[in-house]
Amino acid sequence: MSKKVLVLGEAREGALRNVSFEAIAAAKKISGGGEVVSVLVGDEVGSYTQELINYGADRVLTVEHPHLKTYTSDGYGQAFMAVVEQENPEAIVFGHTAIGKDLAPKIASKLQSGLVSDVTDIEGEGDDAVFVRPIYSGKAFEKVKIKEGITFVTVRPNNIAPLAKEERSGDVSAVTADIKNLRTIIKEVVRKSSEGVDLSEAKVVIAGGRGVKSEEGFQPLQELADLLGGAVGASRGACDADYCDYSLQIGQTGKVVTPDLYIAAGISGAIQHLAGMSNSKVIVAINKDPEANIFKVADYGIVGDLFEVIPMLTEEFKKVM
Amino acid sequence: MNIYVLVKRTFDTEEKLVISGGSIQEDGAEFIINPYDEYAIEEAITVRDAHGGEVTVVTIGGEEAEKQLRTALAMGADKAVLINTEDDLDEMDHSAAAYILAEYLKDKDADLILGGNVAIDGGSGQVGPRVADLLDINYITTITSLEIDGDTVKIVRDVEGDAEELETSLPLLVTAQQGLNEPRYPSLPGIMKAKKKPLEELELDDLDIEEDDCEPKIETVEIFMPPAKAAGRVLEGDIKDQVTELVGLLRSEAKVI
Repeated sequence: MSKKVLVLGEAREGALRNVSFEAIAAAKKISGGGEVVSVLVGDEVGSYTQELINYGADRVLTVEHPHLKTYTSDGYGQAFMAVVEQENPEAIVFGHTAIGKDLAPKIASKLQSGLVSDVTDIEGEGDDAVFVRPIYSGKAFEKVKIKEGITFVTVRPNNIAPLAKEERSGDVSAVTADIKNLRTIIKEVVRKSSEGVDLSEAKVVIAGGRGVKSEEGFQPLQELADLLGGAVGASRGACDADYCDYSLQIGQTGKVVTPDLYIAAGISGAIQHLAGMSNSKVIVAINKDPEANIFKVADYGIVGDLFEVIPMLTEEFKKVM
Repeated sequence: MNIYVLVKRTFDTEEKLVISGGSIQEDGAEFIINPYDEYAIEEAITVRDAHGGEVTVVTIGGEEAEKQLRTALAMGADKAVLINTEDDLDEMDHSAAAYILAEYLKDKDADLILGGNVAIDGGSGQVGPRVADLLDINYITTITSLEIDGDTVKIVRDVEGDAEELETSLPLLVTAQQGLNEPRYPSLPGIMKAKKKPLEELELDDLDIEEDDCEPKIETVEIFMPPAKAAGRVLEGDIKDQVTELVGLLRSEAKVI
C-alpha cells in the first residue's frame, strides 16, 4: 500500500537543515509511491517551501503563529497535531535532532503509535520497509519493523542520502492552529557551539582528548575545523578535565557522530569513545602513543604530537584547497 | 516534594557485545544503572535535600534489577519500586513501557519526575516524554541545570550544544543530560541503610494493566554487529612527509576532502 507521509522540515539560522532533505528521501522510500508532504512550523516559514519541493516533497504545509517562533513541545505539538488531524497520514518522518527527539515521542504518544528513533538506513519500501538503527551507541545495530499503527521514524543526520535537487513544482498551503497554554517560556538561548556547524551534522569532526592538555589546547583543532567547515568534538577525558564543555563530548554518553572525516587528536580510544564515532566514514588518529587503542579503528594514523601535527595539517590543507 | 525517578538497568559501558542466537549475550555481563539515570537520581536527592519530601526510584524489569534499585537507595533515594513484567510480557516497546509507568504514576501526585534523557542500550529516548504526555504534565528534555523556587522552575537545557534557558512550573517531568551534576558514589553507611529501605515489587495485575494493552507496536527482527573495519595504515617517515601523505590520501584515496 502506498502511504501518505508527513515530514517535519527544520530551519536553523535562516536555512533549512540538511537532515530535512534526508528525511524527505526517507519519506519517499516509506511512501512506496505515495505522497510526501513536508510540514514547516514556525513564525515565518514561507521562504523555505520551494526548496523542500525541489528536494522531493510533493506538497508543503505551513503552520505559522507568533507563539511558534521558538520551539516548545506544547507549541509544536499543537501545530503538528493540527496537520495530522487534517491529513490523516500513514507515516511520519522527523530528523533525529534536538526538536525531533523532543517532539516525536509526544506525537507518538498522542497517536498511540510506535516510534523507531535514530534510523540510519531503510531497507525495502512502503509496507515492507525495515528500519536499521544503532543500539548500544553503535556497538551493534538492530532492524526494526512496524507491527501496528502508523509508521513513525526519526532519521539520524548524515546517514540517508538526500534526493537530487531539481526545479519542481508543488502545492503550498497553510494550516491554521490554535497555539495556546504553552507551559514553557524560553528566556534565552546561549550559543556555545562553534560557528554555525552543528557537531551531529558536521561532515568533518576534529576531536581532542586528554592529550589536548588545556582549554587553549583546543585552539589548533578549532582552526583546522574552521578551515574544513567542520566542528570540534572531545572525548570524555577532555570534558572531565574541564578542557571543554560537556556539549562537545562524543561517546556512549555524549553525542554519537558519523561524519565523513573524523580526526581524533590525543584521544586514546576508550571503548565508550569508540562507540560514539567508530561508524564515521574515514577516521584519522593522531597520538603520541603507538599502542593507543584509537589506531585500531583508524583508517590512517600518525604517531606524533598533536601540537606539531595539527598545525602542519592545517597548513597542508591550506595549500591544496 | 513528591519526587519520582525512572531508572533502567543497562549493560556496563565497558562491556563488549556478543550476539548469539539473534540476541545480545547477557551471561556474565556487568550491569549498571543507565549513566544518564544516575544524574537523575543525584538531582532528585539534591532537590529533596533542599526542599524536603521523598524520592522514589521506579524501574521496569526482572528480579535482577533489584541490585540497581538498591544502589539508588544507597545513593540516598528513600523508596524503590520494581514493576516486574517478567512473567507477563515477553517483549516490550517504548509505548508499553511508558504506559506501564504512567499507570503506576497516575495517582501518585508527583511534583517532579526525573529520568535519563536516553538509555545507553536501546538509545531511543522516548519513554520520558511519552510518560509526561500520558500524565498530561509538561516535560523538558536534556536538562543541565534545575532550580526550583515555589512552583516556578528555572531550567537550562542542552540543545545540540547550545544552552537554552527557560521557565516552567510543577508538576513536571525532566530528563537529565550529562553536566547536570556529578553523581555521588554510595557511601558504606548508605549501603547499609539501603538494605532496610522499602523496595516494593509490583506486577501488571497490581496496576490493573491488561497484557493486551502492552502489545508492542514495533518489533526487532534482527540484531547484528557493524562490519569489522579493515586494519588501518599507520604512516611512517618524517612527520612533515606523513602530513603531506595524509592530506594526499584523504583527497585521492578516501575522497573525503
